[in-house]
Amino acid sequence: MAAAITARAHGLSVLVLDEQPSAGGQIFRNIETLEATRNSEFIKLGKEYEFGSSLVRRFKKSGADYFSDRSVWQIDNNLQIHHVSASSSKNNSVVSHCQAKRLLIAVGAMERPMPLPGWTIPGVMPCTAADVLYKSSGFIPDGKVVLAGSGPLLLLIGCRLLDVGVHVSAFLDTSMNGALLKALPLLPNALRSHKYLTRGLSLLWKIRKAGIPFYSGIQNIEALGSSKLEKVRIRKSGKSFDVKADLLLLHNGVVPNVQITRNLGCEHRWYDVQRYWEPIVDNWGNTSVDDVSIAGDCGRVAGAAISEASGHLAALETVYQLGIISQTERDKLSRTHRIELARHQHVRPFLDKLFQPSKKWLIPEDDKTLACRCEEVNVSEIRETVRMGIKDPDRLKSMTRCGMGYCQARMCGLTVSEIIAEENKVSPEEIGYFRVRSPIRPVTLGQVAEID
Amino acid sequence: MFKKQYESHESVSIIFEGKRLNVEKGLTVAAALLVSGNTVFRASVVSGEPRAPYCMMGVCFECLIEIDGIPNQRACMAPVREAMKIKRQIKP
Repeated sequence: MAAAITARAHGLSVLVLDEQPSAGGQIFRNIETLEATRNSEFIKLGKEYEFGSSLVRRFKKSGADYFSDRSVWQIDNNLQIHHVSASSSKNNSVVSHCQAKRLLIAVGAMERPMPLPGWTIPGVMPCTAADVLYKSSGFIPDGKVVLAGSGPLLLLIGCRLLDVGVHVSAFLDTSMNGALLKALPLLPNALRSHKYLTRGLSLLWKIRKAGIPFYSGIQNIEALGSSKLEKVRIRKSGKSFDVKADLLLLHNGVVPNVQITRNLGCEHRWYDVQRYWEPIVDNWGNTSVDDVSIAGDCGRVAGAAISEASGHLAALETVYQLGIISQTERDKLSRTHRIELARHQHVRPFLDKLFQPSKKWLIPEDDKTLACRCEEVNVSEIRETVRMGIKDPDRLKSMTRCGMGYCQARMCGLTVSEIIAEENKVSPEEIGYFRVRSPIRPVTLGQVAEID
Repeated sequence: MFKKQYESHESVSIIFEGKRLNVEKGLTVAAALLVSGNTVFRASVVSGEPRAPYCMMGVCFECLIEIDGIPNQRACMAPVREAMKIKRQIKP
């Protein structure tokens, strides 16, 4: 949205394809309707949402052509972009394509999948799913909720649930032991953007004050139930106990959505602290592929404010690359955005270290746990295949079907890189990731046949 | 699993597994079914185990369901429409 605003301000013709039903992304999801029809809830979401709403308004007024409900499924080498309705696979659901001179990818992030025994049982979801249902539909969890994981987002969503009177029966903290100590050297610099820290502490305080049973040092979590979740089995200090639950909300951090940048052949690197892949970019968001840049959390995950600044910067670079402004003008216009960027960035290294995911929750200890939900491939099958000498994720895929299902490895990709790396005692950087091929969203043959 | 905080005024009627269901206008199929207490959307194609919506944002493809005769639709991305016919994806 920020990039579109800046690009339009310099007279570019801008087309925005959004897979979601309305503007705002995940953080500001459904924000226009929220503000208009559920204003008291909107106000409770806080100051940032007022800002988000003004961003959406400016975006809508910018003159950019905005299309919601569009899934990009293929991008050709010449930047011809093919897209299709995200909500329907009917043949007549307008298959379309367009030609771009420059492409900006701002697809954001997704929750890091947190494989554990029973995570496919209905009633186990990532915590953002509850947030989506709240923002989009006004729904709140019914019955007993168990929160499990680590990261600021889990605290935030946990507090929102408490605000609306949801019964949270346990908070299972899976943060790495001693993470605070490791992050401490980064604290002085983080204090320069102390608002994040005080906010985080107040969220934690709220959860502790609410009297929710809070467990740290968890060794294992298992979801139990047949056609729906019944209880969560927790192992701590060598002892197991059960907590009854209707909903288990998981969270193990947020990772960039790299499906499109991977598909385009952009170079990626392994970010070891947060253990994910990120596209390699310069200061302006340019990737290794000509005329393709990124902005926001589909690069290094850093939140709404930094994403917005990076959007403006990427747009200024685009305007410069297209010959509309000079390099000097670009640099001059970027100054305020760079200041904004720096202001929010001080805290990131500290937060990334404090909430670095621990190995235990990246590779499930229980070998029978499914890593690949679509094709139901468990950890043990992956390990056995790796022990046969298979080091390449794509070869592993062809042997086990792991990563070959409908989600196209979005759910298992990171786990697979982690397991192969662990078996070979190397970094995932050396192992790499699945090759992401078109169509990057499933399309029907009927839809492909509609292309003119 | 999920409940409404307030009653809505506008509704549409959808047909889920042959039964009429009145749901709030503007919901996605996934939200509408979940709030009506329908948590199983399909059976896993491998083991037949029941599956439900997971990410709710179009990433995980867990909520695949048959809508108006077309299978494998993401229920979390599809808004409800009057007289929409929805069926679970469970092999006979």
